Amino acid sequence: MNAFAPAGVSAAAFLDRYAARAGTNPARDRAADTLRRTGLPRTGIEAWKYTSLRALGDIPFAAAPATPDDATVRAILTEAEQAVGLGPDLRRAVFVNGRFDPSLSSLPDGVSAGRFHATDEASDDDVASALNAILAEDGLVLRVAPGADAGRLLLLSIGVAEDGTPISFHPRHRIELGQGAALSVLDLSVGRGAYLNNPVFDIVVADGARLGHAKMQAEAPTAQHLAVVHAEIGAGGEYDSFTLTLGAALARHEVHVRLAAPGAVVHVNGAQLLDDRQHADLTSVITHAAPDCNSRQTVKNVLSGHARGVFQGKILVERVAQKTDGYQMNQALLLSETAEIDAKPELEIYADDVRCSHGATVGALDPDQLFYLRSRGVAEHEARAMLVKAFLHDAVDLIGDEILRATLDRAVESWWNRKDA
Amino acid sequence: MPAITETRDAVESLGQSTYKWGFETDIEMDLAPKGLNEDTIRLISRRKEEPEWLLDWRLKAFQAWQAMAEPTWAKVSHPPIDFQDAHYYAAPKKKAGPKSLDEVDPELLRTYEKLGIPLHEQALLAGVEVPEGQEARAPIAVDAVFDSVSVVTTFRETLAKAGVIFCPISEAVRDHPELVRRYLGSVVPVSDNFYAALNSAVFTDGSFVYVPRGVRCPMELSTYFRINARNTGQFERTLIVVEDGASVSYLEGCTAPMRDENQLHAAVVELVAMDDASIKYSTVQNWYPGDENGRGGIYNFVTKRGACRGARSKISWTQVETGSAITWKYPSCILQGDGAVGEFYSVAVTNNHQQADTGTKMIHLGRNTRSTIIAKTISAGQSDSTYRGLVRMMPKASGARNFTQCDSLLIGDRCGAHTVPYIESRNMTAKVEHEATTSKISEDQLFYCRQRGLSEEDAVGLIVNGFCKDVLKELPMEFAVEAQKLLQISLEGSVG
Repeated sequence: MNAFAPAGVSAAAFLDRYAARAGTNPARDRAADTLRRTGLPRTGIEAWKYTSLRALGDIPFAAAPATPDDATVRAILTEAEQAVGLGPDLRRAVFVNGRFDPSLSSLPDGVSAGRFHATDEASDDDVASALNAILAEDGLVLRVAPGADAGRLLLLSIGVAEDGTPISFHPRHRIELGQGAALSVLDLSVGRGAYLNNPVFDIVVADGARLGHAKMQAEAPTAQHLAVVHAEIGAGGEYDSFTLTLGAALARHEVHVRLAAPGAVVHVNGAQLLDDRQHADLTSVITHAAPDCNSRQTVKNVLSGHARGVFQGKILVERVAQKTDGYQMNQALLLSETAEIDAKPELEIYADDVRCSHGATVGALDPDQLFYLRSRGVAEHEARAMLVKAFLHDAVDLIGDEILRATLDRAVESWWNRKDA
Repeated sequence: MPAITETRDAVESLGQSTYKWGFETDIEMDLAPKGLNEDTIRLISRRKEEPEWLLDWRLKAFQAWQAMAEPTWAKVSHPPIDFQDAHYYAAPKKKAGPKSLDEVDPELLRTYEKLGIPLHEQALLAGVEVPEGQEARAPIAVDAVFDSVSVVTTFRETLAKAGVIFCPISEAVRDHPELVRRYLGSVVPVSDNFYAALNSAVFTDGSFVYVPRGVRCPMELSTYFRINARNTGQFERTLIVVEDGASVSYLEGCTAPMRDENQLHAAVVELVAMDDASIKYSTVQNWYPGDENGRGGIYNFVTKRGACRGARSKISWTQVETGSAITWKYPSCILQGDGAVGEFYSVAVTNNHQQADTGTKMIHLGRNTRSTIIAKTISAGQSDSTYRGLVRMMPKASGARNFTQCDSLLIGDRCGAHTVPYIESRNMTAKVEHEATTSKISEDQLFYCRQRGLSEEDAVGLIVNGFCKDVLKELPMEFAVEAQKLLQISLEGSVG
């Protein structure tokens, strides 16, 4: 714990791009001020204790070119479809380098879709959102009418930056579910080359509505991924989220959920499967701002190579939020001598009639369990595979939507098979 | 839920009037001028007739301190502290070293009397043996700290026979410079953190303990701290070194007079345990917490750290924290030797406007090192209490284990209880387990007790004591009694 409160790294490259662009508004100016003042965070700032964005400040990210190579895009698309076993009949919204591509997209019925406008209010006080706010150009605005069930939607982000110029894109999505509405989103990001994907979601789940949000981050190994979700849940509403982190050299998924009315429910689950020198951070702040709400969080990390997994989860229970039920569990499995896990599960509680608990465990595969399987004739690597998959299954199994659950299960399976090969 | 309402009301009604150790002793003081600069440090060093190396060491710390900023990560808030607006040296004026009770300032003795706690038999202070048949309790050696200068130390001779050195640190600097020089700052370096650097620059007194190889310290050692003079921060420095195969149990307890201005207390405690050595360090902390409006009270910003240098060494911290306006304290263990063991048992009670941010750090360096953390937090009134603890498994800590359990109890709906564990592991064979819960006193438990004829008062007392049992049972006998009393006083109102 350092006595100094170091200032961040200069975000000058991003700010210059902001200064050069047209279409500013007061909200974006505020975000630019924030960024100018705080810089890009590096470790030593409590909210970024284990993840530094120092490297980002040194990379001269350019704006994404208007038209990346079409054949490459289609190849990546097909690859992604095959990898996770998605049929072409699934409704989808496809973004290429942060821009909506209508020719590849087909939106579900019962959804009114709009596009993000430069003039839209877009300001937030966390750094990743501020960065998005100053440079956001495109994004989806989805509205599901009250009572409508819009089924499933694939939200696919494809990043292509293979010509040696690192690019960054900052899509801004807004998803609003009317009273009693329902939607399941598979949020998949893939790509090739060196790029920064910085998506931000503003999510509103009205009373009694239900949003499933299964995210699978499978960015290119040389990419950076910096995502933020802001969600507000109404009375009896439910936001069921799961984040599977597979890709990117440096990734952070940050979730801010506010349970705003009685009976709201949120799940912020996730799994990190990391190898080599990957660094991935799952940070969440769940705010119980009303009585009788329920939050559940199970996060699993499987770390090998020199990978570093970070989990920072905070449950904040405000004064009014009596009868809160909060649960948080983080379990990390270290598969190599050089992997590292940093976990900070945090409870901040101001109401007395609550039930809140959290737990965290870190360890290797249990030798007793391995021995048990070996003694019954299971080969070593098979036994390991069984135990790792079982470990992850506990988390993936929590995804409410069975189709999405199966998709992520397959992704976990193929990650392990690839690694094991 | 009338029980809870009453509990809350009662807790609120618990004002400063219940702080029974609030008094101030009128003794002539020898004060350094207000303010902190190199001259102050030179003055302290000169008054204490220190060798050159120690002055240099202090100045180095002061330089480091000047380059540092106050830490802001703790979950506490207070107005900015003006470090120039305090005396950094205060000593009761005294004749040359009291040899007997008669020579001790009678005011001072009356203060001890009011404390009602060890130096417990004044006769012992005077060197009189306890008559046969009277309270056959284990003897305790006391190094009483009255503001900044240790006044009387008892049992020195018995300890000396066993080869144990137990004396004020300033005396140790004079009589055992080689030991002090070797170990001082070896666990908490001068530039470790803001308050530790400040302490290193201006510490005036504290205790020094040295237990030689193979010696089991024949008695429990104890220091009673008191802040007395107006506007003096107290900067204690404690250093305990236990050699191979030796062991010691050390007790530290605090009370402080009532006053309005906030007082800064920035102590540093360093423990060193060699092969197979064991140190048990127990604290009951009951500094003045401020009044019911959060006015006054002690700022307790303490750095406590133990180094388990040797194989199979063991350091165990036990603390009962009921006092202080603000507590900022993380007794830690650096588990360096293979098979070393670190323990942290804590009860923290906050009431009214108290703020506590306390916990521990367990740094596992050696193989098969083990640590256990049990922290119980009770918040009442409008107080905020945070457990903040770090468990770090370094790459060489193969087979290391940690188990952490943090439980919080909230009494009333205007307080806060927070749990902030940091878990960092870089060794795949190390195993870390952490669990935490937050709840209130269960209505079922209350009902059960009431149904069996217990008064509400007794029922809550029973439940709270049960909640803290895992920690209280770790305290030495002498302290367990006082700690239970303190818990009762701190939460007296909550029992009707």
